[in-house]
This record gives sequence, structure tokens and C-alpha cells, in this order.
Amino acid sequence: METNDYRLVLKNVSKSFGEVEALKNVDFVLGQNEVVGLLGDNGAGKSTLIKIVTGYYQPTEGEIFFNGQKIDDLTVQKARDLGVETVYQERALADLQTLWRNIFMGRELRTTAGLLDVQKMKTETHRLMTESMGFTSLAVTPDSPVRTFSGGEKQGVAITRALYFDADIIILDEPTMGLSLKETRKLLDFVRDIKEAGKACIFIDHNIFHVYSVADRVVVIDRGAVAGEFMTKDISLDELMDKMYRVAETGSLD
Amino acid sequence: MNSTVEEVAPDKTATYEYKEKFSLKKFLRQYAIQLGILGVFFAIWAFFIISAPNTFLSPQIYLAFMGTIPFFALMALPLTLVVISGEIDLSFTSIMAIGMIAFMFVHDISGNVWLSFIAALAVGLFAGLMNGAIVVIFGIPSLVATIGTQFFWRGAVLVLGQGKSGSLVYTKESLLHPLLVGKLFGYIPMQFVWLIIVAIIMWVILNRTRMGAHIYLTGDNEESARLMGVSTKRVRYFVFGLTGFVSAFAGVVASLHVTYFWPSLGEGYLLRTLSSVFLGGTSVFGGTGTILGTFIGAFIVGSIEAGIVAIGWTNFLTQLIYGLIIVVSVALQAILSRRMQ
Repeated sequence: METNDYRLVLKNVSKSFGEVEALKNVDFVLGQNEVVGLLGDNGAGKSTLIKIVTGYYQPTEGEIFFNGQKIDDLTVQKARDLGVETVYQERALADLQTLWRNIFMGRELRTTAGLLDVQKMKTETHRLMTESMGFTSLAVTPDSPVRTFSGGEKQGVAITRALYFDADIIILDEPTMGLSLKETRKLLDFVRDIKEAGKACIFIDHNIFHVYSVADRVVVIDRGAVAGEFMTKDISLDELMDKMYRVAETGSLD
Repeated sequence: MNSTVEEVAPDKTATYEYKEKFSLKKFLRQYAIQLGILGVFFAIWAFFIISAPNTFLSPQIYLAFMGTIPFFALMALPLTLVVISGEIDLSFTSIMAIGMIAFMFVHDISGNVWLSFIAALAVGLFAGLMNGAIVVIFGIPSLVATIGTQFFWRGAVLVLGQGKSGSLVYTKESLLHPLLVGKLFGYIPMQFVWLIIVAIIMWVILNRTRMGAHIYLTGDNEESARLMGVSTKRVRYFVFGLTGFVSAFAGVVASLHVTYFWPSLGEGYLLRTLSSVFLGGTSVFGGTGTILGTFIGAFIVGSIEAGIVAIGWTNFLTQLIYGLIIVVSVALQAILSRRMQ
């Protein structure tokens, strides 16, 4: 496997929590301009896998390569510096804090003196609000606390934040959860935009229809291991669904 | 969320500046808690002026406040950062005293007041970082951990000092004494000047540094903060270390003020310091709080004792009122935060 051709390569990655083996010898690659859908049951290890990529968990074993370069001791900060941005299932917002503090959470802008550039962050937040998040109400300002927002608005904040930092790899963890139909469609368009912009995306969703409609490749995870992978162009939705049922029941794709 | 990817990337050529439009309603909502504290402050002040006009209309009482309030207000400032980060520290009263033990110990050896001062601050920082380590490494709730270290350091003070008190008259010969507890222009107590300086430093840390931003985020939603790459461990070490450091400083200030060291130094400050923070609007649940609030809160708390005595009530009431302040302000915050959800 030539690691240089991929934005991200995981080799033989395992993760245990005490006695529990959440991931067992997983190999995973993400192309330069590829949308990969991760499918699998609850507790299959999808979230553990992406939390290793984002540096939140350190793997018990295995190697991680970004653009061919082996990265040791990956942390969230390091991963974000390498261009990994994530929209988490739980959205990872701080509800009591203002919108601008949430947008720049963990990557606050600073002046040359090393102090926070609050004005710049508010200005940028205001621009993002009108251009990307679709906030039109005058009642919402960069100083509004996030707790007053609706579910869709919060998701918009989380996504805008992920894209602001010029990410090369965007990870979406159950992004359609709790969204309305219209918001879900916007979100899927969004994933297509990521593809068009030449970036890469890992997309996790319970909804196989959503994954199938935007992913180039689907990776099926079961009981902490990769059960199989398919190019969406080579497999019909019906076939994929049949295989998913079989995995859930027997642990094998065929 | 209806844009393309390119549009969202940082705009390096942004030509316009976002200008906040002032709206009274927004201002009132944003600063509701701070305005509430100011209201309480003026209400109590007015009550004291009416009840004891002779005392509260003369400048002496205010100079006296400037002299005594800083001893605990100094510690309430970094403690505000601890509480915002979702933790609590009850050990600062003992850290005040252990810092002074180091002070006297180093003075016995070296005879140098400045070295002694540095030693006191270093021991305070160490004791604070130790609190941080216990909380971070062992995952023990800070309430329990710092009750433990409170007793531990008080015990260390008694063992190392063998329960003895000591004169600090020798400090009067050095510049340290007038610098910490002298009088500016012959009137204004230097400890009040230091209180202002520390308050400004704390404000800058909290509002204008990454660490400050991370303190708010850690207290608001630790899991989210960690997912976004905030080192919540570093936040804990920082806030506890800072509180230890400033507590040792306050210990030196309070001791030099009376040029005497009592092994019980700090014991009377626990309630006053905590009530300053909570009365100042800092949420016991973490995530919100301001330095200005604590500053005003400290002056309310500090004036209560003098006020009660001036009015002619019994001094026994002060404890009761401090306790009441903590319970009422924490309950009010709980009600406020529930209403906002």
C-alpha cells in the first residue's frame, strides 16, 4: 500500500478500553478527493475509528499516515493543524458561550501580541452567519449564546466551524441526526460541495440512503473490524442493504 | 448552511468590520447578572448610609475598606477562574499560611526578605499545582481534593512552625513592606493598589488569552472542549496553580500588614472569599462568571461586617449573613440558568 497517494492511511490500528477491544487490526484509507461512508451497527466501532483519526483517542497499536507522513502521538490539536475538522454527533458546542467563541473553539485567533483578536473573531463570525449559516434574524448576533439556537442552527454552526479552518479532511459523525428533511438535503448537498472542492470526507450515518447517495466508497465496520468495502458505483442500493442485514445477523457479508 | 466550501474559508481580505449595534435590551440581557450585583451593591450601601450616616458618610471607613478587603478579595479573583472552569478550591486559606512558613524559613537561613518573598510565592504555586495534579491525575472531585489539601497544608504549617507565631518586624526595614502594604500618597493602602493590579491581570487572562477562552469552554462543556482540542488538563493545572500563587501572595500581604505571622492565618477568609465569588455572579455550575462581578462582590461582603457593627447590631450576625449570601446567590443562579434553558 503506497501511503503517499492517500490523504489518510490507518495501518493495523487497534484500540482497547481495558478488556474491551473496540477496534481490531483495522486498515483504512481515504483518497485525496474521496467521500467515504462508514456504515455499521451501534457499537461497531465507527465512532472509535474517527476519534482516532481526530486525535481524541490514541490507538493501542498501529500507525497513522497523513499524506504519506507517519504521525506519532496524534492529538486533537495536531490533527486540526493537519487539516482534519470534525462535525460531531453531539455537535461539540458549548451552550452557554457566545456564537463567536463556539466558532473559534480551540483555535482562537490572536493578534501579533499573542492576545485574543476578539474583534476579528466577531467580524468573521458575522460574515459566516450571513454567508454560510443562513442567519437572517437581527436578534442573532456573534454575541448570542448558542443555547438559544434550534437543532438545525446548531448543526449549521458545527459545520461552518469545520469548514472555516480550510480543512482537507472533513469528518461528519451522524450529521443528519435531529435535522428536518430540508436541513438534511442541505447537508447532503454540502457533502457534494466538499467533493467538488477537491477535499476528502468521512461520512458516518445510520441512514444507508444518505450514505449511498453521497459516498464514493462505503466501508462496513462490524464488531471492531472492517467487514468489507464497496465502490458505490459497483453495487446497487438493494445489494448493499442485503449485505448490511447479513452482517448484522451473521457477522459476514456473504 | 447553504454555501459552498470555498466561501467559508478564512477571508484574508475582509474589508469591513463588524460593528456591534448598541441596543439597550441586548445590553440589559447580556449584563443582567452584573447589573443585578451593582443594584445589590447600591441597595446595601444606601441602607448603611441611612442606618449609620456618621460612619458611612466619612471617608475613613472607605480607606479602611481599601485596607482590609484586599486580603480576601485578592484570592477571590483567581478563585473566580477556578469556579468558571467548573472546579472549586477550598485549600487557599492554608496555602496563605504555608507560604508564610516558607517566607520565615528562608529568612532564617538567608536573612533576605526578597528571597523569602519569592520562596513564599514558589511554595504557593507548588501547592496550587499539587491541587491540579490530584484533580487531573486521580480524577478526584476538586471539592474533596482541596478539603484534603486544606487540612494537609494547615497541618504542615503547625508541624513545621511547631505551632508558633512569629514577629515580622524585620520586614519593615526592606522596601518590600511599603511596596506591599504601605500607603500611596499617604492615603491609599498599597494592598488596594495590588488588588487593582491583580484584577486587571486576571481580566486580561480571562478575556484576552486563549487560556481564558479555554477556562470558559472547560467549565461550560468539558467533553465539547476536549473534542475541539482544548487541553482541559492544562486549564486545571493553570487555575489551581494561579490560585495557589496568588493565595501565597495574599498571605504575605496580610502578614506584613500586621508584621506578625499567626499559624491560623487565612482561616477566617474561607467564607468571605467564596461568598465574594458567588455573589459576584460566577456560576457554581461553571462556564460563566466575570472578574468585575467578583470585585464588586468582595466589596459588598467586606462592607457587611463593618456595616453591621456601625449600625449597632451584634457581630455574630456576620457569619449568618455570609452563609445566607452564598446560599441565596447560588440558588438564584440555579433558577436563572434553568429559566434560560
